[in-house]
Amino acid sequence: MSPPPPLSKLYSDDVSLIVLLLDTNPYFWTAASNPSSPLSFSTFLSNVLSFLNSILLLNQLNQIVVIATGYNSCGYVYDSSLSSLSKMTQSSGNGVLPGFCEELLGNLEGFLEKDEKLSSEESVDGVPASVLSGSLSMALCYIQHIFRSGPLHPQPRILCLHGSPDGPEQYVSVMNAIFSAQRSMVPIDACIIGSQHSAFLQQASYITGGVYLKPPLLEGLFQYLSTVFAIDLHSRNFLQLPKPVGVDFRASCFCHKNTIDMGYICSVCLSIFCKHQKECTTCGSVFGQSQAASVSDRKRKDPQE
Amino acid sequence: MYGIEHREVSNSRGKRPHEEPEDEDDEEENERGKEAWERTYADERSWESLQEDESGLLRPIDDKALHHAHYRRRLRSISSAETAARIQKGLIRYLYIVIDFSKAAAEMDYRPSRMAVVAKHVEAFIREFFDQNPLSQIGIVIIKGGIAHCLTELGGSPESHIKALTSKLECSGDASLQNALELIDSFLNQIPSYGHREALILYSALSTCDPGDIMETIKKCKSSKIRCSIIGLSAEMFICKHICQETGGSYSVALDESHLKELMLDPAPPPPAIADYAISNLIKMGFPQRSAEGVIAICSCHKEAKVGGYSCPRCKARICDLPTECRICGLTLVSSPHLARSYHHLFPITPFNEVAASQRSRQRVPQTCFGCQQSLLNPGSISSLCVTCPKCQRYFCLDCDIYIHESLHNCPGCESVRNSKSVRG
Repeated sequence: MSPPPPLSKLYSDDVSLIVLLLDTNPYFWTAASNPSSPLSFSTFLSNVLSFLNSILLLNQLNQIVVIATGYNSCGYVYDSSLSSLSKMTQSSGNGVLPGFCEELLGNLEGFLEKDEKLSSEESVDGVPASVLSGSLSMALCYIQHIFRSGPLHPQPRILCLHGSPDGPEQYVSVMNAIFSAQRSMVPIDACIIGSQHSAFLQQASYITGGVYLKPPLLEGLFQYLSTVFAIDLHSRNFLQLPKPVGVDFRASCFCHKNTIDMGYICSVCLSIFCKHQKECTTCGSVFGQSQAASVSDRKRKDPQE
Repeated sequence: MYGIEHREVSNSRGKRPHEEPEDEDDEEENERGKEAWERTYADERSWESLQEDESGLLRPIDDKALHHAHYRRRLRSISSAETAARIQKGLIRYLYIVIDFSKAAAEMDYRPSRMAVVAKHVEAFIREFFDQNPLSQIGIVIIKGGIAHCLTELGGSPESHIKALTSKLECSGDASLQNALELIDSFLNQIPSYGHREALILYSALSTCDPGDIMETIKKCKSSKIRCSIIGLSAEMFICKHICQETGGSYSVALDESHLKELMLDPAPPPPAIADYAISNLIKMGFPQRSAEGVIAICSCHKEAKVGGYSCPRCKARICDLPTECRICGLTLVSSPHLARSYHHLFPITPFNEVAASQRSRQRVPQTCFGCQQSLLNPGSISSLCVTCPKCQRYFCLDCDIYIHESLHNCPGCESVRNSKSVRG
């Protein structure tokens, strides 16, 4: 092997690391694979694989990491820095796919099998949420490792290919991940492949400075991906990318889950209520009295109601 | 003689031989410079931190493990008090920063001078404070020439405070703790009863010149429920310690610049609330929506015509930025991410447990960290190199542990499992 070229000359501004969060929620994909819908899982995967290949072509130092967001779990599926050079340049058996696809698809299949085994027996109505908070947290841990690896590192960003609806129980964790990404200056891009907008990902892209897109024609997904999301962060200053369309930052009240314009906030636990109340249902503080310092006080107040 | 030789060595490093006329100036500078670097060697004694193993060879210093051990000690001391009784925290804080600009602030023991270093760290503190407490407000008070006066009033925008602070940095006269406390007391008595009243005093002087009895003032502050914390820059003083003990704050003295930085960032997260110090109340707040793109209106904060911005839901006035208080109707205006920034204080994650080297083989530790996929095996090191979450039993490396607890506030292992969702509200 010839000695590697000096890295400082190769690490220009446009080297990027993309962490792709792939939504593999089986409930979403079964609902999406009816004949009237444009995108089935296999066509989706072929679009994504071509997109990943084009990213690797843009710069030889670009890296990709793919994390699958399943229904019960999430896990790393592929890391381009771990594949050997020879494996990536070889093509697979029939000469159609680039070499890395075989590894990615193999890992993805293994992940989906494990995810299915973790399901409990209960039946599910509609399309439930996937574990977006878990995959965002894992992506951010990986990116922190990249930041620590030395002065020469690719510019990381997160791209979320998401279709499942938002799970309200994940709100706090997703917001924690978003604020952490904002502090580390990691943009979170989102491409929605489902039918509804995702409020979590709209807020994520707005707060972290990423791009949010819901393609109107899903048959051309590869074109949207390669024109909007393939460009490195430095070149984004020179491009006209889709602008955020009216992100709704209003809160929902804890009692009825309606979005409200004006509400009342408990000064102790910051819960939001739409009407004036005597007591906070979350922390138990009685309003107008001095704040309890421990939980035992709260238990003492309850029998008096 | 030894000193002169050293001076020549340090001169010759960057100097050309024919620059003779500048020798005298350089000598003066190096006089002071010699003292500073010699002082560093005298204070730090870096050779003492080297370790030897059994055969007498120098062992490389395991910085990472030391740093992690230090971090874990801090985490344990913080979390043991809190999680034991689930103490509530004061999330809506009204904090006054008192900076001592008396002649003691011109001392050069911090480079370039105490007040420059203090101003720099106060700026970092203000940014961190508003990042962790978006609904709180800060005001700045300056002690100069024996008088305390207000530099900026209580406000929620970091830029205005930082601009006012860095615009004029000059010091003179004596420091007076009593005047500062009287001023803070008069201001903090005007704030609503649900807010937590705090003061952070950065004191460089070694004395205080007071017009009256400072003990009376301290009693007054205590009855007004103001919590004073003091960071000393020179030496420990009894009166500072007394103030902090009486009001429930904390007193610390900085040893050097990095220690000062650490002490300055300590008050940024919300402290545990002292019982009866603040009355819990329902605060009316508005959640404005962004105005339609392209519509120009005059904003109520700058009185200029601007595009974009938000409109107050009660009086429909235009405002530029959140969080703020509407100038027309007085409604506090926030957006839901501002409230969400404080949720991690209410739902903290449990500290991870260390895995000792002896237990590694018994517990079947996996090869890679669950968060960053880096290898957990590091041959030749004795200290433990991984931690585990008590809830989800996943293994993480030390760097992920620090990142998760300081910045992310989510355990990736617990988050990646569907069933553990019921923990969070």
